[in-house]
Amino acid sequence: MRLLPCGDRALLAEFDALDHALAAHSRWTASAALGIVELVPAARTVLVRLDPAVIGLGAAEQWLVAHAPAVTPGGSQARGGGQPIGLSVVYDGDDLAVVAEAWGCSPSAVVHRHVATEWVCAFIGFTPGFPYLVPAPGTDALPPVPRRATSRARVPSGSVALAAEYCGVYPRESPGGWQLIGRTSAVLWDADRASPALVTPGARVRFTPVRA
Amino acid sequence: MTASAKTIAVERAVRVIEPGPLALVHDLGRPGLAALGVSASGAFDRAAHRLANRLVGNLEEAAAVECLLGGLRPALPPGTWFAVTGAWSHAVLVTTDGVRRAVEPHTAMRVDAAGELHLGVVLHGLRSTVALRGGLAVPAVLGSRSRDTLAALGPEPLRAGDVLPLGPEPASRVPPVDLVPVDPPAYGVVELGVRPGPRHEWFTASAQRLLAETEWITSARSDRTGVRLEGPALSRVPELIGVELASEGMLRGSIQISPDGAPTVLGPDHPVTGGYPVIAVVVDASLDLLAQLRPGQPVRLRRATGRR
Repeated sequence: MRLLPCGDRALLAEFDALDHALAAHSRWTASAALGIVELVPAARTVLVRLDPAVIGLGAAEQWLVAHAPAVTPGGSQARGGGQPIGLSVVYDGDDLAVVAEAWGCSPSAVVHRHVATEWVCAFIGFTPGFPYLVPAPGTDALPPVPRRATSRARVPSGSVALAAEYCGVYPRESPGGWQLIGRTSAVLWDADRASPALVTPGARVRFTPVRA
Repeated sequence: MTASAKTIAVERAVRVIEPGPLALVHDLGRPGLAALGVSASGAFDRAAHRLANRLVGNLEEAAAVECLLGGLRPALPPGTWFAVTGAWSHAVLVTTDGVRRAVEPHTAMRVDAAGELHLGVVLHGLRSTVALRGGLAVPAVLGSRSRDTLAALGPEPLRAGDVLPLGPEPASRVPPVDLVPVDPPAYGVVELGVRPGPRHEWFTASAQRLLAETEWITSARSDRTGVRLEGPALSRVPELIGVELASEGMLRGSIQISPDGAPTVLGPDHPVTGGYPVIAVVVDASLDLLAQLRPGQPVRLRRATGRR
């Protein structure tokens, strides 16, 4: 873990792998020190926002180091027990052929591999409730998928899409540059729900193909 | 609804006659939800927001109107206390009997008979806060009455004809303050304190020098998501040109550098994560100044000292 400066009221903890960032996020969340306002998990990092009136940068650094999870080399820092969240998907996305080319297989094989993979939510970003899913620890990684050269002005709500190492689901209609492979009718985000985001960091997700 | 209940409801509400270019309801935001992809949002000029509320005896976090460029015209029911802070404009209170009273900034005023507040075009700064005693009691979303313009969360931007209910009379009285010594937002060069960001080492020594020595110009393409600064391109060290940064958490005040070398200072409605490297971060004490930067206004970024 490296602690990088981030102004006068935050630190950015950087890790070598997503797993380590996730493990640190859950460990720090569980033992939250006074004055730590917010922990923002991302691909390789956890942003730690502080209330400088309560905890100084130096004290926060010490606390983060003291509470960093031990990392087992090659070991899974798995989290989130319980059943995976099931999402039904109509696999009729406009970019299935592009993904098939990137993966060197047929469009139906893309669907097969996407369905066969158990996914875990690494973090949420882009828009409220937009999950960045990666293959769960112990699952085969999938080849990276290039972003579209130009973003679409409108990606429909519920679109299931791939970019780089991630799978994402658009919670609402928005612009987007990811490759679309299908769509789900699941409601990923509802601000009026007790738990607004359907998929939260650490949650596991399985996709099931359904007919249109 | 009975006639009397209706009368009471109308009395305790503000009607928007003209919203001006952009009028948004804001409180102090919804911090703590970034892990769900939700930014804190909240009043852009937090000090102006707190002051406006204090002047009318509200809690500092009560919901008020953040008005861009002026032009807001709300109709206020009799007996309403209000205060205008932040950007300065010629503002008048026009009562139903045709009397026009000048509205001083940073001063609580009471509407004796029903009246309309007219905010003129802003002369200093960009965003005015209009607080009303009792606060705006519009429905909260995820614990806040702030409009997040990027995530489209919270109360819709105000439109002509909107009726905004006022909350109950606060416990504390309107404080008897005659004069609050607050300068108007600056006209000339604005200096913002910055500290190193997590990716400052991605940039060349000359880029770091340019960051500190340039008189940047506030771009007209600025909003609550971010304030763009125009000036020289800031170059990455050669080995990191074209390298993609994995998305990482962003802050209000993070200065991210897009691939063309242009800096953007993130505002309250910034995306929770971003993939452009952050060279520096504006310190907390300078963040409110961002809200008042006018297009074309010069900006200097000064390395803030103090303990790391």
